[in-house]
Amino acid sequence: MITAERKPMEEILECINPYNRILLVGCNECVTVCAAGGRKEVGLLSTALQMAFMKEGRTLEVKEITLERQCDPEYVEELITYIDQVEAVLSMACGCGVQEIARRYATKPVFPAVNTKFMGASERQGVWSERCRGCGDCLLGLTGGICPIARCSKRLMNGPCGGSTKGKCEISPDVDCAWNLIWERLKALGLEKKYEEIMVAKDWRPSWHGGPRRIIREDMAE
Amino acid sequence: MGNFEPVIVAFCCHYCAYTAADMAGSMRLSYPSNVKIVRVPCTGKVDTKHILQAFHKGADGVYVAGCLEGDCHFKNGNIKAARRVARVKKLLSEIGIEEERVEMITMSAGMGERFAQTATDITEKIRNLGPNPVKNIRDGQKQPA
Repeated sequence: MITAERKPMEEILECINPYNRILLVGCNECVTVCAAGGRKEVGLLSTALQMAFMKEGRTLEVKEITLERQCDPEYVEELITYIDQVEAVLSMACGCGVQEIARRYATKPVFPAVNTKFMGASERQGVWSERCRGCGDCLLGLTGGICPIARCSKRLMNGPCGGSTKGKCEISPDVDCAWNLIWERLKALGLEKKYEEIMVAKDWRPSWHGGPRRIIREDMAE
Repeated sequence: MGNFEPVIVAFCCHYCAYTAADMAGSMRLSYPSNVKIVRVPCTGKVDTKHILQAFHKGADGVYVAGCLEGDCHFKNGNIKAARRVARVKKLLSEIGIEEERVEMITMSAGMGERFAQTATDITEKIRNLGPNPVKNIRDGQKQPA
């Protein structure tokens, strides 16, 4: 999932300070799962913002809505009913959702209420960690299902480096050494030989280095 | 502020604090009428939103009263509640409201005296803090400088 974290209240309040009527839009997908911008978080932020305004002797009208997916035009279209009743939109979705609203409602200011973080997995309740950098050329098949791009601090293709100690990365004792994980996993699979293969320098063009990316499925695209 | 009588919402677990309140009654112990009890099946049922909503609607203080640690009838509802209270404290301080206005308390069903004492202490603490700044606006009163 795409993970996110709510922005500091001060920053959000600064964004919406000039307005008195806003639309607070959540998303039912990734940000709901990582407890950053689903229906519940929308309700909480709405109440907190209203209280912050009341404290200053002002009133803030908040229309709350949580869309099925904020990154899809058909769901963003649902906002058409409310958009003219508000002065600005505050989105609790990832950056994709914020941009989709900005694209569809060109004359309405839209602000992000969360910081989009990374593509990750749930480690345990309340803890999410990075798993994928979307490099565009997946090599998990070579590394025992553990990504050195997302999980090695140096993105080494042939690790580990000298900073790996007792399975941990030198940047922090809380961070696993990805290459240690890869080695342990390959060993468990009986595929130690794979580790011996030297990986050639990675072609980063399928990643962001080739500019903003796009996927076109010709059988589907209209 | 001299005549200020705070409104305090107490979310009380059916298995402990609510029964302790009953016990306080049976023991003829008086506690301030400022405390409005909301009975819940477990403090784990109290959501962050419920607590924040209480403040939004004008409560001057809120406390969540659950079972003693390790005694929750639903295993760890009181631990979850304590974490949510901590989150509300953070939220309140982010919007400039004193975090001391919300507390997590634990007690057993037999602690009638503790219930009465807690109610008295919290009422006194909130009385000293003064009215919830949000309530002042809601009631159309002027905010003290």
